[in-house]
Amino acid sequence: MSQQMDNSHRKFLQSMMTNGIVDEQRAAMLYQQCCDTYKTKCLPDKLNDFIDTINSKLQPLFMQIRKGWSEEDGQQHYALVNVAETDISRMSSDYADYELVLFRKTIELIVVSETGQASSTDILNSTDTMTTKKLKKSETEHLLNRLVRDKWLTEKRGEYSLSTRCVIEMEPYIRTMYQEQLKMCHICHNIAFQCQICENPTCCIKIHNPCVARYFKNKSEPRCPACDDFWPHEIPEIHQPLSQSK
Amino acid sequence: MSQRKRVSTSQSSSQNKRPASLSLTATNDDDDSMFTLPSTSQVLKGLENLTEEQVYQKTAEVLQYFLVRDQKKIPIRRADIMKHVVKDYRNIYPEIIKRTARTLDQVFGLKLVEIDTKNHTYILINKLEEPEGMTSSSGPANLKSGLLFVVLGLIFMKGGFVRENLIWNLLKKLHVDIGQKHNDFGDVKKLITEEFVRQRYLEYVKIPHTEPVEHEFCWGQRADVEVSKVKILELMAQLHKDRPESWSQQYKEAHSALSTSSQATSSSQR
Ligand SMILES: [Zn+2]
Ligand SMILES: [Zn+2]
Repeated sequence: MSQQMDNSHRKFLQSMMTNGIVDEQRAAMLYQQCCDTYKTKCLPDKLNDFIDTINSKLQPLFMQIRKGWSEEDGQQHYALVNVAETDISRMSSDYADYELVLFRKTIELIVVSETGQASSTDILNSTDTMTTKKLKKSETEHLLNRLVRDKWLTEKRGEYSLSTRCVIEMEPYIRTMYQEQLKMCHICHNIAFQCQICENPTCCIKIHNPCVARYFKNKSEPRCPACDDFWPHEIPEIHQPLSQSK
Repeated sequence: MSQRKRVSTSQSSSQNKRPASLSLTATNDDDDSMFTLPSTSQVLKGLENLTEEQVYQKTAEVLQYFLVRDQKKIPIRRADIMKHVVKDYRNIYPEIIKRTARTLDQVFGLKLVEIDTKNHTYILINKLEEPEGMTSSSGPANLKSGLLFVVLGLIFMKGGFVRENLIWNLLKKLHVDIGQKHNDFGDVKKLITEEFVRQRYLEYVKIPHTEPVEHEFCWGQRADVEVSKVKILELMAQLHKDRPESWSQQYKEAHSALSTSSQATSSSQR
């Protein structure tokens, strides 16, 4: 039996609509705030039940607050996603069809890349093969900026990758479209985009950066968990759980 | 770089499900005047030809359209809903809007209000909060609503309609000069006469028979439903270092408006 929604649920949902995605700490904080505001009972370990209640009402609307893991910081996140299609229909009111074509291309470039990134040059070049509408360089750059601003992509030094929100929301789409190209993280078995790769050509397993940090912590000589070759990459620091919405 | 060509074929499948025979009126989507609202019997007949799932799906699409538009605080025109989302389902439009309004209310805490019944324009009012008040003063959004509250307050205190020059003079006394670029608001005149007007907080109307043309301000439809006159009066009293009761007429109006609007809200809550 799902519970009825009250104003604390509605307020939480409104915050999710504004933020799009929040990390676990921030979700817990929001939960507390919403319950305080409407004087409802707030049980710290009941956040998932609270969200289930909202989700039961969102289901007929093809929306969902979905829990997912961020390969950037290794934290759990909650994102408000559209489950209507496995495609990118949620964005159709914000983006024109030819813009979505370019976004699909960008996803493809990122998925098939080794590094989980696509450079702006690669994306620009891919517009040449678009049949719908030729995009000018400035238009493409403007579109990429919008996709970053709307939290679909992230950008670092001209390299674009899929945002956590995008991965959580688009995972079913990406799994359907690129099943064969996808690689899983050897440690956590989630899809791996941005990660480190074993350099042994017969092995080539992928491990997320946060998973690398946790796995090799306190190990004096890092070795690949699959083939036992030396792990030649820099071991990142463990990400401190910081609550931030950005 | 190896690029496997995989053409996306999974276009929104709802587009394919749409029965072609359902289109009722209007070939020109842009022209809302061509659209006559279907009668109840037409709606019922339309519903017979659709599965519950199709109606759900369409309602969900309309609802998402509202949510996305509302994020930008842009009023939503019926003509646009028809053109972009409802499309071939226009013969059951009243049912879709009814369901959308109910869901917005029950799930999102938002009230769907038709602010312009002639041009059929809707906005969403947040039932869970007043627009951000003057007390919290962080961020430009709050400063803007502070300015908005002051302008609404001036209009309210002057009886509902105020010539624009009077507003500019009063704002100047509060160190907001429309002749100068303001640090927080930028072009103040543009903010007040365009942005606030577009968001339907204010109306900016020509005064007939004025040469050169003069304008006056009054409260816009969003302000009427969203902004509490009691709060506005309290703010104005604060600015004058006086008590709200000192303005007996406004005090009476604010409190009578309060009782009618709270009745309206409670009756719409199911
Ligand atoms: Zn991993
Ligand atoms: Zn290996």
